[in-house]
Amino acid sequence: MELMLNGIRQSMLDGATVADAVASLTTRTRGVAVAVNSEVVPQAGWATTALADGDRIEVLTAAQGG
Amino acid sequence: MDDLTLAGVTLGSRLILGTGGATSLHALEQAIRASGTELVTVALRRVDPVGGRAAGGLLEILERCGVGVLPNTAGCHTAVEAAKVAHLGQEAFDTTWVKLEVIGDERTLLPDAVELVPAAERLVADGFTVLPYTSDDPVLARRLADVGCAAVMPAGSPIGSGLGISNPHHVRLIRQAVEVPVILDAGIGTASDAALAMELGCDAVLVASAVTRAADPARMAAAMRHAVIGGRLACEAGRIPRRFHALASTPDDGRPAL
Repeated sequence: MELMLNGIRQSMLDGATVADAVASLTTRTRGVAVAVNSEVVPQAGWATTALADGDRIEVLTAAQGG
Repeated sequence: MDDLTLAGVTLGSRLILGTGGATSLHALEQAIRASGTELVTVALRRVDPVGGRAAGGLLEILERCGVGVLPNTAGCHTAVEAAKVAHLGQEAFDTTWVKLEVIGDERTLLPDAVELVPAAERLVADGFTVLPYTSDDPVLARRLADVGCAAVMPAGSPIGSGLGISNPHHVRLIRQAVEVPVILDAGIGTASDAALAMELGCDAVLVASAVTRAADPARMAAAMRHAVIGGRLACEAGRIPRRFHALASTPDDGRPAL
């Protein structure tokens, strides 16, 4: 399936979860937050939240900011 | 200097440091340590290992410095967007505190009052401790306090401008208009601006660019630390009234006839 991961088009295997998407960017889980199609997915649900074709996933972390 | 109590939490420093603008994490760490702050702001951005934003590096430094993390909603333009970022911040940093920013104009980065108040109201209802970045409008500050914000953070002048406090009278009026702490946020250029904010009665000062973009960030951080302490003490000490003419401090009594 094709989806948008942090604004970049990606192919992922059918059945991939939020946890898989996060793992493709970072091995860390602390200090990371995820939204799928603009809805927050709590960390406890990453492994069980399946992604679908066309999903927009935002994987976010701390950045310098005032 | 007396402690600052913010939403029931006691902070030993009345200086809050924004982390934006630092040239390196090393420079940022030195500035944090020199500032004596106990609370720093962070933004939430995409993990980008290729572009150099790996997850975790900034947080590790903040943990090492022993400072609290205050996530912001920088870059948000609507109440809906800001509320979502606040919830993502809660997920990432395990805190219900948020520096709420809803920007209404790209050139000045001034807040959008029409979006800010409902955003604050909604996040308060969601259980957040809301610290809104606001303009220097005393009525808007009162509205934000009325919907349950834990503090109000008026801009002295536009973010990153270094113009200082463009309307000191309004800052004083805001201090009188609300019961919650007033934190002067944005526009500070140098130490005297921070001292003035405290002399005007502000409870704390938030500084980012003035420190992180200074030629020597750690030294400016130390300057801000002392400025905030000095301004607070001066405010509490009570300044002398301004006079049009001089008033001798040395008595005439006992002056020799020569």
